[in-house]
Parts: sequence; structure tokens; C-alpha cells
Amino acid sequence: MQLTVWTYEAPPHVGAMRIATAMEGMHYVLHAPQGDTYADLLFTMIERNGKRPPVTYTTFQARDLGGDTANLFKDAARDAYERFKPQAMIVGASCTAELIQDDPGGLTQALGLPVPVIPLELPAYQKKENWGAAETFYQIVRTLAGPAASAGAKRERAAGARPRCNLLGATALGFRHRDDVTEIRRLLERLGIDVNVVAPLGATPSDITRLGEADFNVVMYPEIAGPAAQWLQRTFGQPSTKTVPIGVSATVEFVKEVAALAGVDPGPLLSAEGSRLPWYSRSVDSTYLTAKRVFIFGDGTHALAAARIAADELGFTVVGLGTYSREMAREIREAAAKYGVEALVTDDYLEVEARIAELHPELVLGTQMERHIAKRLGVPCAVISAPVHVQDFPARYSPQMGFEGANVIFDTWVHPLMMGLEEHLLAMFRDDHEFHDEAGPSHLGKTAQKPAAVAEAITVKPATPESIVWHRDAETELKKIPFFVRGKARRNTEMFAQTKGLPLITVETLYDAKAHYGR
Amino acid sequence: MNIRPDISETAIGCGSAPVLRERGQREVFCGLTGIIWLHRKIQDAFFLVVGSRTCAHLIQSAAGVMIFAEPRFATAILDERDLAGMNDANDELDRVVARLLERRPDIKLLFLVGSCPSEVIKLDLSRAALRLSQAHMPRVRVLNYSGSGIETTFTQGEDACLAALIPTLPAAPANAPPSLLIAGALADIVEDQWLRTFAALGIGPVHFLPPRRANDLPPVGPNTVFLLAQPFLNDTARALEERGARYLPAPFPLGVEGTTLWLKAAAQAFGVDDALFDKVTQPSIFRARQAIKRHSATLSGRRVFFFPDSQLEVPLARFLARELDMELVEVGTPYLHQTHLAHELDLLPAGTLLSEGQDVDRQLDRCRLQQPDLVVCGLGLANPLEAEGLTTKWSIELMFTPTQGYEQAADLAELFARPLNRRARLKVA
Repeated sequence: MQLTVWTYEAPPHVGAMRIATAMEGMHYVLHAPQGDTYADLLFTMIERNGKRPPVTYTTFQARDLGGDTANLFKDAARDAYERFKPQAMIVGASCTAELIQDDPGGLTQALGLPVPVIPLELPAYQKKENWGAAETFYQIVRTLAGPAASAGAKRERAAGARPRCNLLGATALGFRHRDDVTEIRRLLERLGIDVNVVAPLGATPSDITRLGEADFNVVMYPEIAGPAAQWLQRTFGQPSTKTVPIGVSATVEFVKEVAALAGVDPGPLLSAEGSRLPWYSRSVDSTYLTAKRVFIFGDGTHALAAARIAADELGFTVVGLGTYSREMAREIREAAAKYGVEALVTDDYLEVEARIAELHPELVLGTQMERHIAKRLGVPCAVISAPVHVQDFPARYSPQMGFEGANVIFDTWVHPLMMGLEEHLLAMFRDDHEFHDEAGPSHLGKTAQKPAAVAEAITVKPATPESIVWHRDAETELKKIPFFVRGKARRNTEMFAQTKGLPLITVETLYDAKAHYGR
Repeated sequence: MNIRPDISETAIGCGSAPVLRERGQREVFCGLTGIIWLHRKIQDAFFLVVGSRTCAHLIQSAAGVMIFAEPRFATAILDERDLAGMNDANDELDRVVARLLERRPDIKLLFLVGSCPSEVIKLDLSRAALRLSQAHMPRVRVLNYSGSGIETTFTQGEDACLAALIPTLPAAPANAPPSLLIAGALADIVEDQWLRTFAALGIGPVHFLPPRRANDLPPVGPNTVFLLAQPFLNDTARALEERGARYLPAPFPLGVEGTTLWLKAAAQAFGVDDALFDKVTQPSIFRARQAIKRHSATLSGRRVFFFPDSQLEVPLARFLARELDMELVEVGTPYLHQTHLAHELDLLPAGTLLSEGQDVDRQLDRCRLQQPDLVVCGLGLANPLEAEGLTTKWSIELMFTPTQGYEQAADLAELFARPLNRRARLKVA
């Protein structure tokens, strides 16, 4: 039993819904009580879909439990087929129905529907949303694309034919998936590579049967497309891309990687104008970004990419890196080691909150949850990853991937920060009544000012060691340090005093510690 | 004493009209959703759902994902070790509650809220609540109720929560002076308005359930009479009656007419004379009617269709039909409580199509066929219907907005007028 205030991931059947909703001509029959229908609003409200998700819920009630919930499921599946006439169906149970063990797969097989029916086993008390999405996509691919493989359709590209690939992993309710697909399509187009199938986003079951016809697969989101891509590799000998093209360097590597897989020349594309990020980052006004302390948390793919961009492309210092994707814990730990920080692999929001409070970053790159934490702590924040919010579906084109994605990321991350000279002025004249200590960036208006008082009864402040006393002058001097690094300065000074065995912290101690720990 | 209020002569009534009963897919929230407003209403209460990740995700999604302050709700998520019996679920619950109370010393009242999975595995939360109460009293009282979707629909969660509070209310002595209890969570501003109205009528003491503070529980006894401020409080009413309190049947205080008849029920129970009642209510009635009139041009003659959601549908339909001249195409409600709605049904235009329960696809077919001017529905259906060209009002807003009483009657009308106004303004297709 785990105490959970907010959850990063939904249960696994919502992952299956993300696949079904992304597709056309697919229908999901879900054995679930009525409350589970809330999941429709994720798609209709957060993503603003103009269509209901293609999901039929059995909505069994307590009075049905003594009776025949299995028949209820069969009726629902039969009615759903009659009404929606899908090309294929997926069937399964949510957490409550898992407990009553009705076997949706077997029940639907018995109906003898004239379309493929794919049973899903998604253990709700063990697994989560991304796993559910990956497993569902894998089962769909295996069931629908499999027959082509057994028919011996291992393809060789005809001489002179353009290379073809599949784009795998984009789903409904994904963080900028829609725009990422457009951006990657454009890149591939410029390289002279055709897209065979994009899946699951926009694919029909009959499109899935054609996956084997591509030369290779672009794995856009490994959390979702990984297992399906591995199966395609084994079955059709299709290699997969390993690089996720988020950030300038990663995009360049990705271009080289797909060019090699497709046997085309990446030269013309790479010598053409790419992203504005490298020049914007080198331009002197960006000097103020140097060594900004950033904390990064998100799904595995986006957190890894963010850390690389932060360190190598914006010149930030990564002070914390973590993910809620346990599936990618190893990669995150390796990256964290590279940046000299301890990885945080957890789905406990309270733990993430405590870590951010402890690290005093100057910028948080996280999910909507971290935006929430950062707002409370008065730290600027940009959102880099799901779980998504209605604001993560902007009207404008704003991919994360490719060169345009890097442009979007530069703007999104830099915007919440204090602009260069403003920071200096603030440091110099901190008693100015308008331009004071706790003023937020002036371009963000009044709302950005003053961190809200740390919420109701939550104390995360590290305690001062009892043996150490602050002199009043030193306390006053400490207050002149900008609030977002003040906690760090306090702790460093206390640590310094402790190691030196100083019982009283004076102004001199403060500056000795500053010199000792200085950048 | 017969305190049934007078029904206006123009009413034809739907009291015995046939009801379309449907049993198919229901597209409604479960009772856990009530936590979203209850945790704000009772300021030192905490709601701990004992359930699955789905429960946790439902509440945070229905709450619009993020409430700025740390919420006073959480979920103790069951995992496979709890189900396989490798962990003792009760030990686990004790551990989770201890951690929670340590973190939140401000909590005075803790609700353990049952869910679909906890019901199916038959985790006995009433025994757990008793045990935890003994462990943490007097600092924290622990109660339990079920918000599970196999037993409750949306607003029934509030009913279950209030019903769980009732055994803990202090007993009013048999010789206590008559008091009025108003059951149903209301916006603070509405409560304050009514306290002034009841004071002007000479009615008192007046208490509200739930209270704003967990320790301000209203006394109840044989001299307590109670009004329901919400139509979904079936179990709450029964539990109050078991404590000796007497129910004052009335329509619900939505719109001018509903509010007047509702206040009148209390006035008659307390022997307030008609002259005083009119003197107190007339200025508010006049003001509210003027304010409502502003929206009648938008709403009058328009056809409205209700999908089942909060059980507020019948009183809302009555308000729209009688005070704004709207035409009722279908009034769907998850559960039609004939007793508590008797006065409401009498006021509905004869021939109104009432439906109870749901088969969402068939109901959507009826709705599309009828092409109403306004569809009142849940969040899952609103955008798809808008995309088909229908105009919608999402019903959850009717729970989250102060709508009861005279001063809010025009605000309530405005909630229905806004989607139509919006559609008229937009020059983009």
C-alpha cells in the first residue's frame, strides 16, 4: 500500500486507451465500473478531442457482482461491434474487473466476431500507464502484422526504390506527439526517406498489417514503442533507431543514424540551416544562462534529453536528474553519474518535492507536478514531459523533436528565467522598493512575484545544527543574497562552519564559505 | 402539521408520469469525485481513498489535475502484495495513516473512503476506522464511507460522507428549543446569506451539515427539523430521521420559485406568519427576478436536453422550464428519488420525458435526433457534441458554482446562457 498524493502515471488500461484513441478503426471494450469512464475526459478535455475515445465500458454495479458480469461483458462487446463496426478490437479489464476474473479475452473469442480480437492482460496492481501503452501496442502489432511474417514476406528493397520507414510510438495524450510526428516526417522527407506507416497515431488496423513492408523503424518514444520495435526487428529483420532526436546534437545524430539505415547522404541536410539554438546559446546575451542550476524530472526519454540539452547546449549545471519511469532507471542512473548527481527514480511526488526543496535549483524542468512544486517554492519552471495538462496542447506548432523542437525548447526554458542584466541590477540594488529581493522576472508580470508561502504544514527546511549560531550581521548579509540561492548559501556556510569547528557565523565566515564553495 | 408548500396553480405535474429506465453503459463519475468539493468545505478534514491507481488518477483528473495548495486528499494505493495476502492490508493501512498524520498535524477528521477494489476484496474499513480512531483519539477522529463506483454515482459520495458523520453528531436534549439543520455542502457565501434570511424570519438556531470545521458538528435531536439543500441526500436524510430529526419536504432552492418554497417549508415549521415571510423575501424575489430577466431573451423557447450526472437535473429542469420558459427535451438523471423529488416532479411541465439510469450510446442517438439548442452533459461528452455542432453546458460546473438561493438564481441562469452567448459571438466555424 502506497500513500499517493498525486500520481505521475495512470493505471495501465489508460495506456491501452491512449493506443486505441490514437488509432482509427480500433475499438476497446473494457470491463470496468462506471467511475472508470472518467478517463474519457482526459481525451476530450485535456487533449480537446472532438471525438469520444473508442471505448465501451461495461459499467457493472454491485448488484451485478452476484449475478452474471461475464454476460454483461459479452453483451457489451457484441453491441460495441454492431454499433461501431471496427476493423479490430482490443478487450480487457480495469483494476476492479481484474479482481472478478471474468476473462474478457475468452468471452469475446466465444462470440466469434468477424474481426481480430486482441485480449490484453494489464496487471493493474503492478504496472502503470506507459507499460500498458507499450504492451497494448506490442500485442496489436504482433497480432495484426504477424500473419505477413508467417507468409514469408521478408522484404528486400527493390533497386532504385526510395527507402521506407515506420514512425513508432506516438499516441493520444502524448507530450507534443502530434507535432513531433510532423517534424520527423519533414526531416525524413528532406533526406529522401518515405514514411510507410505512422503508428499508433492515425493508423488503422490494416495499416498495422503493413508494418513489415518498411526497411527500418524510427522509435520515437522507447517507453511506448520499444517492445513492438524489438518484435519487428526479430520478425522482419527491421533495425530500429536508438537516438531520440530531442535537442540539436541528438537531432544531428539521429539524421546520421537514419541516413545510414536508409543508405542516403545526410550531408545536404546537415549543411543546411538547422536550429537557431546554437547561435542563440553562443550569443553574448545568453551569458547569464551559464551554470544556472537546473533540476530535471520527467519520463525517461524526456528527462535524458533535457539533461543533455541543459548541460551541453545551454551551459546549465544539472544539479538533479530523475524519472518516474522505472523502466528507464538504468539509463537515468548512467546519465546522472555523468553529471555527478544522484539519480532520483521514484513515483512518489513527496520525494520529488523534498529533493527540489533541498537542492534549491534556479530552474526546474519537470512535469506539471514539478511546475506545481516550483510555483510553491518560487522557482522558475518549464514543462518537459507528460503527465499532460491542457496547456501542453498548444494551438501553435511546438514540437520537441528535430531542429524546430530545439528552437521551441530554447524559448520555453529561457523564458521563465530572469533576463541577464536584470539579475545584476537586482543583486546590486536589492532594497529598491520595486526592484527588490523577492521580485520575479519583470517580463512575467506581477503574478511571477514572491513565492507563495510554503504550503500548509509542510516543512522541508533543513535544520541548523544546534551548536552553530548566526551573528545578527551575518543574518542580515545573508538576506542580501537572492532568495532562490539563499537556502543553499545558508547550508554551505553552516557546513563550512561545522567542518572548521566555528561556533559563530560572522560576516567573515559567510564570505570565507562563499570563497570556499565558489563556482 | 402539514408543511407541504403550496404548488402554483399553473403546474400540471409529472408526479406519476412514466419514466424511461435504462441499463447500459453509464457515463458518470463515481462517488469519489465528491471529495473534490468536500475536502475544501470541511477545512480540517482529510480524505484517504483506499483503492487503486485508477482512483488516484480519477480524483486528480476530475479536479482539473492541479489544485494549488497541497490537497487534503490522497490515495492509499493497493498493490499486488496487499491482494496476494503477503501484506496484511490492515497493518499497511495503519502504517499509511500514521505517516499521513505525522505529515499533516492539522488534520482533525480523517475519512477512510472505500473504492471499487476495496469493496470487491471486502476490506472492512468500518473496523479499520474504529481501530484507527482508538489509536489516534482525541487528536483525530477516523470515519469511513464508500465512494465506490459499483455502489455510488458522483454526488452520492457526498451523501455517503454526510451519512457517516451523522452518528457522531452531538445529541440535542429532548427539551432543546426547535432548531433547523440544513444538509448538503454549500458555498460559504450561500450559507451566510441564508443565516441572514433565517435571522430576519426569526428562525434559529440554524446549523449546516457538513460544518466548515470538523469539531463544529451540529447537534441533532427530536426537536431538530431539517431541510435538504441538495437532492441527492437519501442516506443522509434517513440517518437524520433515525436520530429523531424531522424532514421538511420541499422543492430544492434553485431559482426564485424553488428558493421561496424551500424557505417557506422552514417558515411554516417555525410558525412564521405570512406577512413577515413576504416582507423578508419580497425584496430578494424582486431583485432576483429582475436579474434573471436579463437571460430570458437568450434562453426562452430554447430546447434543452439533460444527460444524467449529478441528480440536480430535475430541479434544474424545473427552474429552466418555469422561470426561463425553456422547453425540456429529455431530463436524464442517474437516480430518480421519488420521495425527495415529489415536489419537483409536480412542478415539471406535463409530458416531460424523464429518464433514469443510462445507455449512453442510445441516449446520444436520441439527443442527435432531437438536435436540442443546449445539451447539459459531463466532461467526457461535451467536446464531442460541440464538434458535432451542438451547444453544451458541462454539468460539473453546476456543482462547483454557488447556485442556490435568490442572489445566485441569475448566476445559475447565466451558466446556461453563456454557451449560447458564446456560440452567437464566435464568427469562426
